[in-house]
Amino acid sequence: MAWPIRASATAARLTEPAVLTLPTAAIRRWRRLPPALLIGAAMVLVLLIVAALAQQIAPYPFDQMHIRDRFSPPSLRYLAGTDEYGRDVFSRVLIGSQLSLLLGVSATVISMGIGVPLGLLAGFRRGLLDEVVMRGLDLMMAFPPIMLVLLILAITPPSIMKTAVIIGVLSVPPIARVTRSVTLDLMSGEFMEAAHARGERTWYMLLRELLPNVWPVLMVEASLRVVFAVLLGAVLSFLGFGVQPPSADWGLMISDGREFVDDAPWISIAPGIAMGLTVIGISLLGDGLREVLDPRLRGRR
Amino acid sequence: MLIYALQRLGAVAATLFGMSLMVFLSTHALPSNTAQLILGQYSTPETQAALEHKLGLDQPLVVQYLDWAGGLLHGDLGKSMVMERPVAPMLWEAFGRSAILAALAMSVVAVLGLTLGVVAAVWRGRWPDHAASVFSYVGISVPEFYWGLVLILVFGSLWHLLPTSGAANWSNGLGAGLSHLVLPAATLTFTLLAHVSRLTRSSMAEVLESMYVKVARARGLPERVVILRHALRNALLPSITVLAQDFGFLIGGIVAVETVFAYPGLGQLLIFSMQRQDLPLMQAAILVLTAVYCLANLGADLAYGLANPRIRYGGALD
Repeated sequence: MAWPIRASATAARLTEPAVLTLPTAAIRRWRRLPPALLIGAAMVLVLLIVAALAQQIAPYPFDQMHIRDRFSPPSLRYLAGTDEYGRDVFSRVLIGSQLSLLLGVSATVISMGIGVPLGLLAGFRRGLLDEVVMRGLDLMMAFPPIMLVLLILAITPPSIMKTAVIIGVLSVPPIARVTRSVTLDLMSGEFMEAAHARGERTWYMLLRELLPNVWPVLMVEASLRVVFAVLLGAVLSFLGFGVQPPSADWGLMISDGREFVDDAPWISIAPGIAMGLTVIGISLLGDGLREVLDPRLRGRR
Repeated sequence: MLIYALQRLGAVAATLFGMSLMVFLSTHALPSNTAQLILGQYSTPETQAALEHKLGLDQPLVVQYLDWAGGLLHGDLGKSMVMERPVAPMLWEAFGRSAILAALAMSVVAVLGLTLGVVAAVWRGRWPDHAASVFSYVGISVPEFYWGLVLILVFGSLWHLLPTSGAANWSNGLGAGLSHLVLPAATLTFTLLAHVSRLTRSSMAEVLESMYVKVARARGLPERVVILRHALRNALLPSITVLAQDFGFLIGGIVAVETVFAYPGLGQLLIFSMQRQDLPLMQAAILVLTAVYCLANLGADLAYGLANPRIRYGGALD
């Protein structure tokens, strides 16, 4: 893999003509960004705002029942209709964004927290440590992921943080592998030779030289992991082993609405659309980042 | 190649052994007590002890494991606690239904995924490419059970075209049997398609820009021959591996899809056993699904090894 190598900050400042990167150049660069990146970033931004202000935007509390208005179709009063208890589906979908993001982000943070140090060390030290780490990851990947999750959640009481931890641990192998392979590439770089020659300490080389250069690739991988966690989390809630009622979780809402799909399809349809938009936004952002960061793709389109 | 295959087979056996240990231990070492789980609210110390003795749970763990694993190797999968019946016949019947569904979905994914990928690569940057990429984006943006629900809504509730739940009795004719498979298979296909078609697109695009394709064009060969004879053959290599991998994903997907369509396959049996805490059934179902997953991975590795001599001869691939 050939990723653009950014040498340590001082070197970058020396090579980049700082004077030219003022407004006009910045705008020109902005225009050259792939549309996927801009659309994805915009969608994710909206998602973040909605999740942050969900309680303020939502017209009703997510668990408030309007018994007389059960199964109301979408209207001005209830934008996405109401469910079997007369709860406002639109409000529940908005609140659900918090749960989905919480799950996606915490699972990804966990997997990166374990995977990145492992990958960095394996690529940096090589030898026995590398071998042990890589074989361990192979072993983890030999098991079908959904079976492991189901096995654990079936036997112990489910909770959203437990789901996040399990999905996070399952996502360690891909993160560690990407980190390692980029680190291996970087190790032959001149800036690493220079660091060795300067006699820098190990932690300095790992954190200040390697990590900043691995970071862009990790951002792309992280977007994939968030999507994976959101989708797997939804499947688990749907099967009854994830978030438990009466939470306004998207997977759970889709599952609950299944009984009434003939007469009140909006109960299931609305959270599905929200999930689709979330996943598409994050994927577009990741694809856009990849296009910007991976020089092999440049000029191909 | 034989040594490589044997090595990989050994790895599969080791994985299955590991999984059997995990399945076994997880039901014994975790906080919830098996006998207590079965008895539920009627559990008293006396009934618990009696049941533990009946199930052999008072024996040392190693003995219990060897008993259980030995039975598995002889094809004895134990007895379902909830249904009070041997697990094996139920399990294999469900397995057969799942296998039909999986085979149908996989063949559609292979044909459609490769075609879409090639079409997108040949018309790269033009509308067929964009259409294919929108199609795959939409397919993977929500979990498979959601598409299942949408299909039920459209083809079942709205148009009353196809049955939306259960499996057909094949004695009612081929049409009736197939009609129950259409919606679940379509759901699985839609979510798996993206992976294959996008990978085929990128490997095909790469090959189409290679020197030998340029040479073939320069020699004046018709475009059809260049694409089908020269480019496609090499581009298919990674797609074969991905198809075998997708078979692994399919196992995850099939659990959710069978639940949506109330299709009495292995996935539904697994979820049933989990909801009812039927441990022998659950252990057997998880092990069988793991075995299928491992064998699919093995198939992927072997297919890749056959097609790519560098791996066959122990070359490094990182």
